[in-house]
Amino acid sequence: MKKLLKYLNGYKKECVLAPLFKMLEAIFELFVPLVVASIIDRGIGGTDKIYIVKCCGIMITLGIVGLISAVTAQYMAAKAAVGFSTELRSDLFAHIMRLSYKNIDELGTSTMITRMTADINQAQTGVNMFLRLFLRSPFIVFGAMIMAFTINVNAALIFLAVIAVLFTVVGLTMHFNIPMLKKVQGKLDEITLLTRENLIGARVIRAFTMEERETDNYTDTNMGLLKEQRRAGHLSAMLNPVTYILINMAVIVLIYVGALKVDTGILTKGQVVALYNYMSQILIELIKLANLIVLLNKAIASGDRIHDIFEIRPDIRNFSEQNSVVPSNHTEEGTAEENGDVCVEFRHVSLKYSETGDEALSDIDFMVNKGETVGIIGGTGCGKSSVVNLIPRFYDVTQGSVIVNGRDVRDQDLTSLRGRIGMVPQKAVLFRGTIAENLRWGNEAARDDELYEAVRLAVCEEVVESKGGLNGLVEQNGRNLSGGQRQRLTIARALVRKPEILILDDSASALDYATDLRLRQNISNIEYRPTVFIVSQRTSAVQNADKIVVLDDGCICGLGSHEELMENCPVYREIYESNT
Amino acid sequence: MNQIHRRFTVNRIMKYIMRYRICGILSILCAVINVVSTLYLPILIGRAIDCIVYGATDYTRLIALLVKAAVSMAMAAVSLWSMNELNNKLTYSVVRDVRNEAFKKLHVLPFDYLDAHPAGNILSRIIADVDQFADGLLMGFAQLFTGIMTIFITLGFMFMMNPFITLIVVFVTPLSLFVARFISRHTYDMFTLQSGIRGEQTGFIDEMIGNAKVVKAFSYEDKAVKRFDDINKRLSRASLKALFFSSLTNPGTRFVNSIVYAMVALAGAMAVLTGGMSVGLLASFLSYANQYTKPFNEISGVLTELQNAFACAGRIFELIDETEETGDDGLFMLYGNDGDQRDKTDPEKNIINVRNDIGNVRCDGVSFSYNKEMKLIEDLNIDVKPGEHVAIVGPTGCGKTTIINLLMRFYDVDKGSITVDGNDIREVTRKSLRHSYGMVLQETWLRHGTIRDNIKMGRDISDEEMIAAAREVHSHSFIRRLEHGYDTVIGEDGGSLSQGQKQLLCITRVMLSLPPMLILDEATSSIDTRTEMKIQDAFLKMMEGRTSFIVAHRLSTVKNADLILVMKSGSIVEQGSHYELLDKKGFYYELYNSQFA
Repeated sequence: MKKLLKYLNGYKKECVLAPLFKMLEAIFELFVPLVVASIIDRGIGGTDKIYIVKCCGIMITLGIVGLISAVTAQYMAAKAAVGFSTELRSDLFAHIMRLSYKNIDELGTSTMITRMTADINQAQTGVNMFLRLFLRSPFIVFGAMIMAFTINVNAALIFLAVIAVLFTVVGLTMHFNIPMLKKVQGKLDEITLLTRENLIGARVIRAFTMEERETDNYTDTNMGLLKEQRRAGHLSAMLNPVTYILINMAVIVLIYVGALKVDTGILTKGQVVALYNYMSQILIELIKLANLIVLLNKAIASGDRIHDIFEIRPDIRNFSEQNSVVPSNHTEEGTAEENGDVCVEFRHVSLKYSETGDEALSDIDFMVNKGETVGIIGGTGCGKSSVVNLIPRFYDVTQGSVIVNGRDVRDQDLTSLRGRIGMVPQKAVLFRGTIAENLRWGNEAARDDELYEAVRLAVCEEVVESKGGLNGLVEQNGRNLSGGQRQRLTIARALVRKPEILILDDSASALDYATDLRLRQNISNIEYRPTVFIVSQRTSAVQNADKIVVLDDGCICGLGSHEELMENCPVYREIYESNT
Repeated sequence: MNQIHRRFTVNRIMKYIMRYRICGILSILCAVINVVSTLYLPILIGRAIDCIVYGATDYTRLIALLVKAAVSMAMAAVSLWSMNELNNKLTYSVVRDVRNEAFKKLHVLPFDYLDAHPAGNILSRIIADVDQFADGLLMGFAQLFTGIMTIFITLGFMFMMNPFITLIVVFVTPLSLFVARFISRHTYDMFTLQSGIRGEQTGFIDEMIGNAKVVKAFSYEDKAVKRFDDINKRLSRASLKALFFSSLTNPGTRFVNSIVYAMVALAGAMAVLTGGMSVGLLASFLSYANQYTKPFNEISGVLTELQNAFACAGRIFELIDETEETGDDGLFMLYGNDGDQRDKTDPEKNIINVRNDIGNVRCDGVSFSYNKEMKLIEDLNIDVKPGEHVAIVGPTGCGKTTIINLLMRFYDVDKGSITVDGNDIREVTRKSLRHSYGMVLQETWLRHGTIRDNIKMGRDISDEEMIAAAREVHSHSFIRRLEHGYDTVIGEDGGSLSQGQKQLLCITRVMLSLPPMLILDEATSSIDTRTEMKIQDAFLKMMEGRTSFIVAHRLSTVKNADLILVMKSGSIVEQGSHYELLDKKGFYYELYNSQFA
């Protein structure tokens, strides 16, 4: 949380003024019992009506001044808190956008979304309440105590004792209550998980007629939640009665002690009333303070969670940001041979997704010339996607190097590298907006006729037509389109960019054979002749490629044309036969 | 929310609360004791102060009063504590009941509801809305009732002490209410604006972060950040206004409060001078003036909270009140039992335990569509003999999955009928019908738990049976290699398993249910063809003697079917065996050949 406080830097003025004005308000409030005391002692004691009226006038003035300070303070606090969260949110979003594929895989989407929304809101509330109350409540508590000291030292010692005990009680309650609240949250997470699973798996659950068992399971977990909630509730139910008893015990003692002192003329009656009033003020503020502490605890927890995200360094950075000496050692051989025809080259590439895990790819070595079409084929989980993900440098290799246009990808500007590549990912994703907006992700400046050309190549004219042209609306995540329609639009999106390298990562899986065939024919007839990578499980999708890379368990086990592979690659032959 | 709707919601909530009426009644009782004793305390203290006189303090009276005060204080504390406990029990129990009921509903909702509503939406009703409702209910119980009571009892006490000053208080009070109302009305609009922009922002975040990989592939990061900042700036402006205006309530009412306080002090002091009141009484009066206005402040907060809680409760009740699937009452069970065909005494026999005489499925003149405007399946007729294998093929979106939905009775047909062994499926219980089908679906579904739990799905199955089935479908070898074998815990939705492995687990699951009929919907779409070939044997073994429906893209997997239904935009355009259809040189021929062109 501490490190996030730098987002308050732009609001230093507000951060100082807000508590100051709050304190001012508190001071005016603290004067009120003194005024009442003098009404009793001087006004009533001396039967001075004008003095009483004056005093009441002072009280109203104190109220007005208090109101003005309070309003100023609230504004300052709100401004600082909103400014804080706005800048924090903006930075966090930009930071998340910089994270690499690997970071994203590790974090998970839902985590990042809660950090961006719920946690930042919580932190904002924390900052706001902190600025508003943090000085006020302790100030009133201790101020009341100091005021009590000015009235009478002995009587004030009661205050000191009570405040010490109260802080201990509140502190202990917090100490024991927070772990309990965490348990409640844990149970609630379980409930959420069960509900989610049951919603998503409704068909399977009903097909296996497991409704009753699921319900029993859920009822049990729900009972567990109830138990934890009540357990945590026991403690918080105690807090208010206990503080109430403590304060009022003090009041009783105070009045008895006060009586002795008035009797002997050390105190006046008005002063006893004032002491009593201060005690009441302490009670009210303490309850507020306890609530504030709960809130702050939550805010700090949220702040820490946000900070954890900032701590993650994007492990793929643009080479200009890589503060190592440029050009780094990976290039020594890369730039040496300027072979104008070679487009992409893998040099003994190995890839591990995690330090401890097995290699996802080992010793991948092949070369692709400009304008060639390359098929990459293999079984589930053999590393096909991993290979193509290395070309736009979504992941960094563990060993070896990937060379695009004669230079190691790690020594190229990321934006310009990725700008030359048209990627069609496995999961067909579209965004809320018009079809044209979605297609222009590929190239912002594309004209309508260029969009239509891409649409034609990707065999999705009828999709565009059915939505009413390029301005047809796409719902969030492309919900209003079928899987096959989405796939074709994502292909069009990549084609809009007229890429030098086109990567189709199993992107025709939802298409029927006839459409798939037309698509492949269109792509092989593109004028600007991009280098094409086709990832597939079907031999039919790759058999016309210039070169086919056959992968098995992360290694290349065959490389060549369809005919060559049929001849000498048993794995390829097996795949081919299983396809037919 | 209109008035009638709201009253309806309140009545519903009351019904839930009535189950715990003893708690409720006790809680109200405690509240009364608490308020009375809390308010009685200042009177006692005031009287005690009156005993204090310079040089002539009445100690016996003073001590007696202080003892009384201590008792009253203890009563207040104990009743407050009991009230808190009772309220906790009541609220959390009600919330549990509502949640249980909403959850049960999930299993009886018809699929057209589940398919039309995103899971996130239903989820947020059962989780977030119920939580909000709980908060509101708890706050309402704890503060609304005691608050209102405090106001009236304070007024009563004050009236007894001095009617004139009380009148002053009563006249100034509406000012406080007015200030609170004025502020809350204005903040409501600002909050609405804020939550609107917040929703927009969350949607944007969800889209961009959820699909961060695509964003990176198209180097869209900078533009995304720019668009985000635009929304963020608007949010910032709206939030500042909402936050600032809502935070004015407290200082505002506090100001009104201080005016009341000053007036009471003035009038009280004058009354003391004219002998109408003692100083002690003035002290109690001032203390009341402090306490009296506080509930107004709280009540205005509680009312907003309650309004929100009612809105949330309304949304939950909406879910609970959704029309259910037609019930199973009075229907008979297919095959006279729950459909479980397994032999419990001899597990070995289960793998080949098939009855060849059952499993005749007929569709007679079936019509169905998801919505009235778009016709989908029209007058479908098929007759599948026991043990026959039917393959359904066709381009995407032609209605293949819809047929499965109808066979399993996830949806009811609009016209015509589907019969199993002569029984209309609307006349048998869903449970027995679904039990007689084994199903492997397009999307795999696994839950957080061990592999064993995921395969057994709570059925009474021995480990030997499970492992035998896993061997059959080649899942045993990869499961064995996992860190804890069958006890490996997998994450939500299968977590770290590959798509193919997930599907293998789902197939193993079905292997163990051995029903008379099978449905394989795109069952092997994510398994590579080599592994698939290995599973084929197992499939064939499983399908042997069972009526089976296979939906697949890969025509190779359906070649051996007894009957192939070729579908195109909702209707069956051709049917026959593989070679018959090839000879026809129709749509199937076209599809089949495009595969090898």
